[in-house]
Amino acid sequence: MDKKDYKNVFVFAEQREGVIQSVALELLGKARDLADALGEKVVAMLLGQGIKDQAQMLIEYGADEVIVVDAPELKDFLSEQYSQAVGQIILERKPSIVLYGATTIGRDLAPRIASRLKTGLTADCTKLEIEPDKDNEPEFRMTRPAFGGNLMATIICPNNRPQMSTVRPGVMQKMQRQAGRKGDITEFAPKFDASKFKVKLVKTIKADKQMADIAEAKILVSGGRGVHDKEGFDKLQALADVLGGQVASSRAMVDNGVMPHECQVGQTGKTVRPNLYMACGISGAIQHLAGMEESDFIIAINKDKFAPIFSVADLGIVGDLHKIVPMLTERIKKELEG
Amino acid sequence: MNIIVCVKQVPDTTVVKIDPVKGTLIREGVPSIMNPDDKGGLELALRLKDQFGANVTVISMGPPQADVMLREALAMGADRAILLSDRKFAGADTLATSYALSGLCRVLDYDLIIAGRQAIDGDTAQVGPELAEHLDLPQITYVADAKVLENGNLQVDKENEDGIQVLEVEGKCLLTVLASAFDARYMSVSGIMEAYDKEVEVWSADKIDVEEGKLGLAGSPTKVFKSFPKAMKAPGEVHEVTPEEAVELIVNQLKVKHII
Repeated sequence: MDKKDYKNVFVFAEQREGVIQSVALELLGKARDLADALGEKVVAMLLGQGIKDQAQMLIEYGADEVIVVDAPELKDFLSEQYSQAVGQIILERKPSIVLYGATTIGRDLAPRIASRLKTGLTADCTKLEIEPDKDNEPEFRMTRPAFGGNLMATIICPNNRPQMSTVRPGVMQKMQRQAGRKGDITEFAPKFDASKFKVKLVKTIKADKQMADIAEAKILVSGGRGVHDKEGFDKLQALADVLGGQVASSRAMVDNGVMPHECQVGQTGKTVRPNLYMACGISGAIQHLAGMEESDFIIAINKDKFAPIFSVADLGIVGDLHKIVPMLTERIKKELEG
Repeated sequence: MNIIVCVKQVPDTTVVKIDPVKGTLIREGVPSIMNPDDKGGLELALRLKDQFGANVTVISMGPPQADVMLREALAMGADRAILLSDRKFAGADTLATSYALSGLCRVLDYDLIIAGRQAIDGDTAQVGPELAEHLDLPQITYVADAKVLENGNLQVDKENEDGIQVLEVEGKCLLTVLASAFDARYMSVSGIMEAYDKEVEVWSADKIDVEEGKLGLAGSPTKVFKSFPKAMKAPGEVHEVTPEEAVELIVNQLKVKHII
C-alpha cells in the first residue's frame, strides 16, 4: 500500500428516514478544517433510498463533493448492506481519512469497515487535528477519553489507510451554512452480494418521541441522586420550563428507573454542550463530567461541598436543591414577567 | 447449540480516582471485574441454555490473572472457559485483539457468538463487529433481547436512538449485548463448587488459527502517541450561602450571561 495514493477527507453522512443527522453536518465542519490543513477535498458519502436531493445541503455545510448511493437495499440501515457500499467506495476512491458519527449506526458500521479493510479506527474522538510536518508528511492525530474518561489518549494510525474515527454527536461544530455553495454530486453504484444479507428487518418500533434530544438543547437542568425521585424531577422540570430548557439526568437516576435513558448525560449516555448546564444534586462522577464539561456555563447545586462537580462548575452553590430550585423558578418567572 | 461468549476483565473505572495533586490515575485498590456488557452477554447465553440446552464456552484474552473472572463465569453456569494468554498478544489494538479472538473461534465449534457492546475501560465498541467481520459472520449490535424462533432463526431487538429495530437472522451470527437489558444472575453455591472442579484452559498463540505477524503491537494499525490526564479547567467560585442568597447569585449570573 502506498500512502500517497490516499487523499481527501471523507464523511459518512448519516441519515435516518431521509433526514440528514446533525452529527453529519458537525463532521463536515471538522472535515473542512482537516482538509484545508492537508490541502485536500471534503467528500461526503450519502447512502439511502430517495435521498439524492439532500446532497446540496451537505455541500452548503462544507463538502466539496457528495457521493450518492441511492439503492433500495439501503432504505434502512443494515450492517452488511451499508458495509458493502461504503467498503466499495473507500476501495475505489482511497480517502486518507474517514469520519463517522459515534451513533448506533456509525459504531456498528465503522468497525465492520475497519476490519474489512484492515485499518485502524479510533472511537469517540473529542479532538481531531493535523500535525503538518511529521517526518516530512502530515500526521492525523485523534484524541479520545480512555479509561472511563479518566485519561485522554492521542492515537495515530501511521501505516494504514484510510485513517478512521468516530465522533459523538455534539462534539464538533457545524460550519455556518453557505447557501448556494458549489460542489460536485457523483453517483456510485455498488455491486451488492446479496448472498451475504443474512439479517432482515422485521419491523421498527419507535420510542415515544415526546422528548426532544438533550444533545440539541441550549439549556439543560440536570438532576442526580440528590433529586431523589420523580417529584424531585418535577421541580427541575418547572425550572427548565421557565428557562426554555430541558431536563437531563445522571446515570444513577436512569439506572434506578426514575429517568429514561434518552436523557442520560455522560460516558454511557450523551455528550452535551449547552449554553447553560445546571447540575442539581449531581456529585460529578468522572463519567458524568466527560459528557458535560464542555458546556459554556455550568452551575452546580450540591449539599456536599467536596462534590467533584464543583471542580468543573463556573458557579457552585453548596445547598439544598429542593429549597433553592423552586425559589429560583419563582424568581426567574418574576424577572421574565417584569 | 454451541455458544461462545467473549468476556474481558476490566478495572472498575467507576471507582478510579485522579490524584488531585499529581493529576495522575490512582490504580491501587481498583478492583478488577467482568466487564458489565460482557456479563450481560453471558446472561443471554445462559438464558438460551436454560431454554433450549446449549454448550456455553467463555473466551477471553488477557493476563493470567483473568483466570478469576473466568471462574466466575463458570460458577454462573458456563461450561468451558478458555483464556488466550501470550506475550505475543501484548499491545494489541481492537483490530489485533479481534483477529486473535477470531483465530480462537475458528478452532472451536459454534452456532452463535455473543460479546458485550463495549468494555468500560476502552469504550470503543469495536471488537465485536471487527470479530464478526474476521469470521465473515453477520452482526447485530446493541442487542436488548433475543429469542429463538420456530424456524431456528434468531429474532433480535436492536436498540437505537429512535427506538428498536426487530431483526431476524438466519444461521450463525455475532451479537453485541447491552448490560442494561440482561440482569446477570449471581453465582450459585453449587456453581462455585463445580467451577473449582472445572479447568480454566490457558492457550498460547500457537494453539489458534492465526498468522503471528498480525498479532499484538505488530498487527495493530493504531498506536498510542501519548496519553495524559485530562486538563481540568480552573474551578469557579463555590459559595456556601442561604437559599435566598443562592438564588441571587444564580439570577445575577444568568443575567450576565444573557440567559434571562
